[in-house]
Amino acid sequence: MSLNLRGTWSIFTRELMRFLRTAFQSVLAPVLTTSLYFIVFGAAIGGRMPALGGVDYAAFIIPGLVMLTLLGETTSNASFGIYMPRFTGTIYELLSAPVGVAETLIGFVGAAAAKSLILAAIILTTARLFVPYHIAHPFLAVVYIMLVAASFSLFGFILGVWADSFEKLGIIPVLFLTPLTFLGGTFYSIDMLPKPWSTVALFNPIVYLVSGLRWTFYGQADVHFGISLGITFVFLAVCVTVISIIFKTGWRLRD
Amino acid sequence: MADPILELEGLTKVYSGGLKALDSVDLNIRKGEIFALLGPNGAGKTTLIGAVCGLVRPTSGTMRAFGHDLAKDWRKARRRIGLVPQELATDMFEPVEHAIAYSRGLFGLPPDKARLEEVLRSLSLWDKRKEQIRALSGGMKRRVLIAKALAHEPDLLFLDEPTAGVDVELRKDMWRQIDAMRARGVTIILTTHYIEEAEEMADRVGIINKGHLLMVDEKDAMMKRLGRTEAHITLAKPMSEIPAIIARFPVELEREGTALCYRGGDGTGKGKAEVAELTKTLTTAGIDYVAIDTHESSLEDIFVSLLGKQEAAV
Ligand SMILES: Nc1ncnc2c1ncn2[C@@H]1O[C@H](COP(=O)(O)OP(=O)(O)O)[C@@H](O)[C@H]1O
Ligand SMILES: [Mg+2]
Repeated sequence: MSLNLRGTWSIFTRELMRFLRTAFQSVLAPVLTTSLYFIVFGAAIGGRMPALGGVDYAAFIIPGLVMLTLLGETTSNASFGIYMPRFTGTIYELLSAPVGVAETLIGFVGAAAAKSLILAAIILTTARLFVPYHIAHPFLAVVYIMLVAASFSLFGFILGVWADSFEKLGIIPVLFLTPLTFLGGTFYSIDMLPKPWSTVALFNPIVYLVSGLRWTFYGQADVHFGISLGITFVFLAVCVTVISIIFKTGWRLRD
Repeated sequence: MADPILELEGLTKVYSGGLKALDSVDLNIRKGEIFALLGPNGAGKTTLIGAVCGLVRPTSGTMRAFGHDLAKDWRKARRRIGLVPQELATDMFEPVEHAIAYSRGLFGLPPDKARLEEVLRSLSLWDKRKEQIRALSGGMKRRVLIAKALAHEPDLLFLDEPTAGVDVELRKDMWRQIDAMRARGVTIILTTHYIEEAEEMADRVGIINKGHLLMVDEKDAMMKRLGRTEAHITLAKPMSEIPAIIARFPVELEREGTALCYRGGDGTGKGKAEVAELTKTLTTAGIDYVAIDTHESSLEDIFVSLLGKQEAAV
């Protein structure tokens, strides 16, 4: 079996082109949202907040904001990327092409992850306008963002295959992702929570993601970076497994 | 059989609802031929194409294309197969030329500007290459789908109802396209429920109904085997029995002896010649007649009679 790398490349560039066709809204939306968060949480509320672990509150929320946008946008990008061809019927071409699970995933997920990196860069640049901040481990930060982006692209892919209506496509991010991210320590440190809740919070997987990114930024976090990394890898592995099963059985893709 | 390019054996598809859309279909397709799969709606034509192209998972049976087992070596086989689906499925916002370049890459071929231009021009899409697909008419969209299927220079092309819902002009155009592809050596399998289309285009015809492939033959052989000429000769004076002089023809009396009915021939023109022979004989024998009405059976009649037999057998 030799992989059809040209096929992979075609999927990847086409997905990116789709993104660039709507570049204006793709860029404007995160810039606007991030600015709003900074105005409300950074400037209005942050001024009355103590520094957390030596990090100024406005700077403290940056990794959380990146995660908030990253998880939502990556999931919806990836899920739309595969749901739309199913919906319009253009998926026939992908299914009849000499591309398998590897080519398809690398193409779609790679493109979704690339878009996420662009988004993260835009958010970080916007944040710069509001707060001066310093990234302690820039290399690890980029790697970690890529890892999370890849994982949630895969998750979005599963969502896009599972959904059989636009409602279902939209409900998962609204019902699970956004609440869990808000509760996941975007705007606060877990140990600011009263006793039972700081333990309950540890069952929220997104706590580990936000914490992981925050560690790469400021060298300190709610949980050890190794644990964050481990949990991210487990999530990634679960998604890859589910997708392999989807392709093997043809579930929702082939009759 | 010389060079089968596609071999299906015992191909069966039962959909999850329990419907058997293909029932043990055996079929060999020869290199370079145009094969028409003919059958009413719901016969299983699209399912058969879907099974070969990877859109439908067969329940059982084997499929080989270019000598590759489609269940195992599908990457190799699929590179050489193109599909124009029945439904007009397009990415509305994509410009035409991007859509076609994408198809070529997806099938593993490097970009080729000259080939892209050739495909676009041959389908009269060159002037529209920068347009988004949504701006095109239905007929043009179908051309885009054909161009996408041809972008990777397939050796085997499936056209699922290429002329369904297409106006007369575009249909003629499509026939020309198919001819041009045949000239380039592409093997073509098309489905249709227009019999005239099969009659016009195909080298061989397969008739399918309710998942059963009822008959596969050369179009001409099929006409020969099942084709018939029917002639009704209205006589000037009624007769009570067939005169000995015309006894060698397959004729009988009808309408109380006021007419002769000829049923014979084989769809190759033999029938028409015999009818001419018969009338000359009648004239020579002084048997006068006032009208001749002849009728050649078409694939359509063959089709109807075959389906009728199948209904009767069920
Ligand atoms: N995805 C599907 N699930 C269940 N039944 C299907 C599906 N696709 C087609 N069928 C049924 O299978 C039969 C054959 O359909 P099809 O292959 O589309 O026929 P044709 O192309 O000859 O019109 C029809 O009865 C159709 O309703
Ligand atoms: Mg059909």
